[in-house]
Amino acid sequence: MGAGEGGPVILAVLGQLGDAVRFIFVQSEGPGGAQVGGHQLLPLLREHLLVTVVAVSVAAAIALPLGLWLGHTRRGSFLVVSITNAGRAVPSIGVVFLFFAFLGAGFRNITLALVLLAIPPILLNAYAGIRTVDAETVDAARGMGLTGLQVVRRVELPLALPLVFGGIKTATVNVIATATLGPEAGVVTLGDPIINPSSYGEAGRLGAAILVAALAIAAEVGLSAVQRRLEPKGLEFADVPGPRRRPAIIKRKVAPIP
Amino acid sequence: MSALTVVAQAGGGFFRNRSGTPTCEERNGLCPAWIAHHLDRYASPFWQHLVLVLVSVGAGFSNNFTLALMAHRRRWLVGPFVQLTGILYTIPSLAAFFLLLPITGRGSLTAIIALTAYTLLILFRNVVDGLDGVPDEARDAGRGMGLTARQLLWRVELPLAVPAIMAGLRVATTTTVGLAALAFYAGAGGLGAPMEADKAFDSNIVVAGGLCVIMAVGLDAMLVFAERVAAPWARARAAP
Repeated sequence: MGAGEGGPVILAVLGQLGDAVRFIFVQSEGPGGAQVGGHQLLPLLREHLLVTVVAVSVAAAIALPLGLWLGHTRRGSFLVVSITNAGRAVPSIGVVFLFFAFLGAGFRNITLALVLLAIPPILLNAYAGIRTVDAETVDAARGMGLTGLQVVRRVELPLALPLVFGGIKTATVNVIATATLGPEAGVVTLGDPIINPSSYGEAGRLGAAILVAALAIAAEVGLSAVQRRLEPKGLEFADVPGPRRRPAIIKRKVAPIP
Repeated sequence: MSALTVVAQAGGGFFRNRSGTPTCEERNGLCPAWIAHHLDRYASPFWQHLVLVLVSVGAGFSNNFTLALMAHRRRWLVGPFVQLTGILYTIPSLAAFFLLLPITGRGSLTAIIALTAYTLLILFRNVVDGLDGVPDEARDAGRGMGLTARQLLWRVELPLAVPAIMAGLRVATTTTVGLAALAFYAGAGGLGAPMEADKAFDSNIVVAGGLCVIMAVGLDAMLVFAERVAAPWARARAAP
């Protein structure tokens, strides 16, 4: 790719992009002889979404109560930090292949692998969100006679909501990304054209990459919109005082790195 | 490699009929003896993986450091930059490899560009947050001693921001080790390649995955050590 060939290269890239977009919208015959693209992609999209929703729901059902409880009792920071660090160090593809090698192919096994990958961010953010709630606020709530459960539900959870929801968002985007590896373990998600290009062709590969990227961005944007609706109105005032206003960073606060 | 396994299984099948017990490799099991004999086969993917990680994190860090220093002066840059890197961070790495493929072709370059993009958000935010976390008293003291803005940055603000910057570097490095396991899809090798080559063999997956974890933990330990050397005061102040 020399400097002088800039024009043809750009044209070639545009051509491939055009083929990829056509693959997304129009059904055609793939190199393997089967019909691919267009509405043939719908079952793949459905499987991708199904595996994501199931995995994130199961992970949230496990990690949210645990994180909230540990954060509320202010215990187990070592446990949470260890799980988070382990979750970061283990490559996602390693977990998927490990479950495939030991348990075999199938929807249940890949979902289990994805659950395992979704737990650390949800757990860390739930824990960190509750821990960072101002201790004086919690004391005030106790002084007003709220029970432990009421403190969690009415005071800690609303105040921690941006972080807690941020964890679910991170987990969802990660799971959408990793579900692309589904075909490696026999679950035909949108990753199929990427992993098995022989039956879809290069246009299918690029088209699927565009779709997966769009799906991840859509999930991020959609969940951010839900988060804004859920956030208590009073929280917006919390940003105003302080030496400097950093709206972008405060809004997208991540959990403190252990 | 998979061809060898097939031959081994075919040969094994012949003998298995007589002896009745298949060997560990034939069952695709977890075999310490096999691992001990074949560890050298993972050396070259391991080094490829390490180079990918070091180049990507190095490139990400040097880019970010410059951008973060610019944004530290011109605050309006922070918002757009965080949003832009946030979008890049959201794109799944596997998709990013194939989105880049028409432009950069198969090979390490594609993988490195994608992996560098992932380090951007983590590193940028940590450098900016670290610089913002410097207490105003320390800045005032520096100004009182007659430091110029540039001297203040290099002698007061940056040293005090070292713990936050290093925390970002640690997260970015560990994450990149994990993502680089996907780099073989872009034709850049790494520890993902042996995994994909024989993914039904337990020993193979455990060794390749284990080497990723060892690399992540090892690099993390080195960064912790580097932080202690670069900012010896931080350990005394911030007991975890």
